[in-house]
Amino acid sequence: MNPAPSIVFFTTASGAGYGLLFWLGLLRPLGVVPATPAFALICLVLALLLITAGLVSSMVHLGNPQRAWRAFSQWRSSWLSREGVAAVATYVPALGFGVALLADRPGLATLAGLLAAVGAAVTVWCTAMIYASLKPIRQWNHPLVLPGYLLLAGYSGMALLAGVSALGGVVGGPASFIIALGLAGLILKLAYWRKIDGAEPIATAESATSLGFIGKVRPLDPPHTESNYLLREMGFRIARKHAGRLRRIVLVAGFALPILLAVLATQIGGGVALPALALGAILVLGGLLVERWLMFAEATHTVTLYYTGR
Amino acid sequence: MTCLPEIAPGQKKLGLVIDLDTCVGCQACATNCKEWNSSGHSGPLPDLKPYSAGAEGVWFNRVHSYEAGEGGDGRTVHFPRSCLHCETPDCVTVCPTGASYKRIEDGIVLVDHDICIGCGLCAWACPYGAREMDEDAGVMKKCTLCIDRIYNETIPEAQRQPACVLTCPTSARHFGDLGDPESAVSKLVAERGGQDLMPELGYNPVNKYLPPRKRSSVAAAPATPHEAAPTPMDIKNPLLRWMDKVLTR
Repeated sequence: MNPAPSIVFFTTASGAGYGLLFWLGLLRPLGVVPATPAFALICLVLALLLITAGLVSSMVHLGNPQRAWRAFSQWRSSWLSREGVAAVATYVPALGFGVALLADRPGLATLAGLLAAVGAAVTVWCTAMIYASLKPIRQWNHPLVLPGYLLLAGYSGMALLAGVSALGGVVGGPASFIIALGLAGLILKLAYWRKIDGAEPIATAESATSLGFIGKVRPLDPPHTESNYLLREMGFRIARKHAGRLRRIVLVAGFALPILLAVLATQIGGGVALPALALGAILVLGGLLVERWLMFAEATHTVTLYYTGR
Repeated sequence: MTCLPEIAPGQKKLGLVIDLDTCVGCQACATNCKEWNSSGHSGPLPDLKPYSAGAEGVWFNRVHSYEAGEGGDGRTVHFPRSCLHCETPDCVTVCPTGASYKRIEDGIVLVDHDICIGCGLCAWACPYGAREMDEDAGVMKKCTLCIDRIYNETIPEAQRQPACVLTCPTSARHFGDLGDPESAVSKLVAERGGQDLMPELGYNPVNKYLPPRKRSSVAAAPATPHEAAPTPMDIKNPLLRWMDKVLTR
């Protein structure tokens, strides 16, 4: 599948923003992060900036962005529509959270924060289901895709939360969350790659053409000599050697180094914690951009069976 | 609306039956489809860089050719690919705007180009590659089963058929109601063992493909080369030719 930059950026940035919103709303009442309104406001602004930038980027992907409002109508059947509804709905408690913080209403802020956390989780769930529900793409229509999106949104959100927490002098709690979420994400990605590499194809050139009763089917003449929308959108293929190298970049930059930096921040602390966690957050976001690019580039669509037989 | 209509038994299901035995891969169906639909319900069907290298455009019908089987049993099969107007099409249910819909009255899957936002999700959801984006207008386009022909009372009744069906020089394409077991197309499907494409994905396509027929035993017999016997006209001398004629009698 074509890794359109607007969509890769959208799912990564919005994922991190919703992750940050989720942890902020959930962990603030538990006292794991600094309790000052200033801290919550910085995190909230950062989260809403990332979410909004992502949503705007996703609009760039549309052929008719001025009609985007119509996408709120089909929530009964469409995960994309549900995502739109959830994304917009989440702004309500998120902005309420900000207003309550500014108005110094801690009880209301806690409630709005928790509601925003629920909205963030639901939105990322819907985003993941857009991909996980597409039957022609076996790498997406896979049980590990939904937990992957949720976990990585939480992981990148936590990396940002830890960076801002370190500004306020709180290190231990968020950093240990990074280590736990990072290890879980690392294991999940390794398991996912192992599964998709070893999986049987969901359909074959034989079943796609109904000619399997004659024998093996292979393309002879193409229907057109130039490219087309289908080939550009769904025929994108990444060379195996690049995929291998990019996966290693994801594992090292996106997971191993941020986990090590979080360990460093908790063990040494002091002046090291802030730069270590800030660098960790940048590495997580960069690593996840590559991870999301690969999520598209490595996905194959059944329409290529008609063109290449594979 | 993008929720699928309830399909009652005996519901009209308009679709195509494509005969892979007689299709000669001439591309006439694809060409006439492009011609009709460029100015019909879905028009225009744009072309990008039409007069230079990299010319490409939106087509609703693409004719592939395949080799199937090995050696003497191998076949070359021409294979037209277009929208199958599935009974359970995910391209409809994934649509966030309601632009993509399946008509309850005849099962045709259509796009309302006035409300499509061009997100492309329906093309991802179609396993058959039936939808192509009009990148000029920013909306998705697809086969309409020539909805502007089949119900068009301004053209002679015999021509109220999809453009691809009308133009096929070998009558490899048939149009009709596949929901009616007594229709000509349903009988053809029953008689010839019409097949679904990628049935394992569960989209329940309405269009059916008739498999190439078994080869006759004559064609399968090993051919041993032999010298052709001379015909009377090969004998130039008229006397000898007369003698040959008399002696062979």
